[in-house]
Amino acid sequence: MTKEELLSKLKTIIEPYVQNQEGFQNISEDTNFIEDLEINSANLVDVILDVEDEFNIEIDNDGMDKMLTVKASIEVIQDKLATK
Amino acid sequence: MTKEQIIEKLPYEAPFLFVDEIEEVDENGVKGSYTLKPDEYFYQGHFKDHPITPGVILTEIMAQIGLVCLGIFTLKEQIDKNTIGVAMSSTVINFYKAVLPGEKVLVKSEKEYFRFNKLKCKVEMFNEEQKLIAKGEIAGMIVGNS
Repeated sequence: MTKEELLSKLKTIIEPYVQNQEGFQNISEDTNFIEDLEINSANLVDVILDVEDEFNIEIDNDGMDKMLTVKASIEVIQDKLATK
Repeated sequence: MTKEQIIEKLPYEAPFLFVDEIEEVDENGVKGSYTLKPDEYFYQGHFKDHPITPGVILTEIMAQIGLVCLGIFTLKEQIDKNTIGVAMSSTVINFYKAVLPGEKVLVKSEKEYFRFNKLKCKVEMFNEEQKLIAKGEIAGMIVGNS
């Protein structure tokens, strides 16, 4: 899976939880889910659970702690896909 | 952790403690009850001359028994010496019957998941005739404070 495909899938997953639409329109690798998209902590858990289902991977607590930005999330997902 | 210890660990007190008794609890769910006192403070205004238990209070009873008591049981090791921190994050509840002053309500909760400190449950409330009062889903973030 290319990085672009991965980003596109990630965007589809996070969209329903986004409160700041302007932040979502300007999404980049540096976008922070909580600060820029105003996703709350409970919905961040939903994002992680949806990522697990979509990519058929399991995210542990360390992975969850890292997944605060688009860039970090892509790295965690790529890591888990590589070791699957 | 005993059922009494769970109630002691609840971070609420009167007039906002809405758990009298835990009947059953295990890692997958909880059953408990609360009896609405005829002089609960909210009956003074809900409604004028016509006291009926507000839906937000029924939701709170469902959350305190179904989510927070189950959360305390789930995190029992972590909160043995500490207090619990709770933040409700979402509720979707449908209401089917009114609850009048003095009625006893029974809450039954089934865990959907507990991951990354988010507990989500399917929660139902019944009256003493086992008729459904309310039903829905409640989720919250639950952590052991240090």
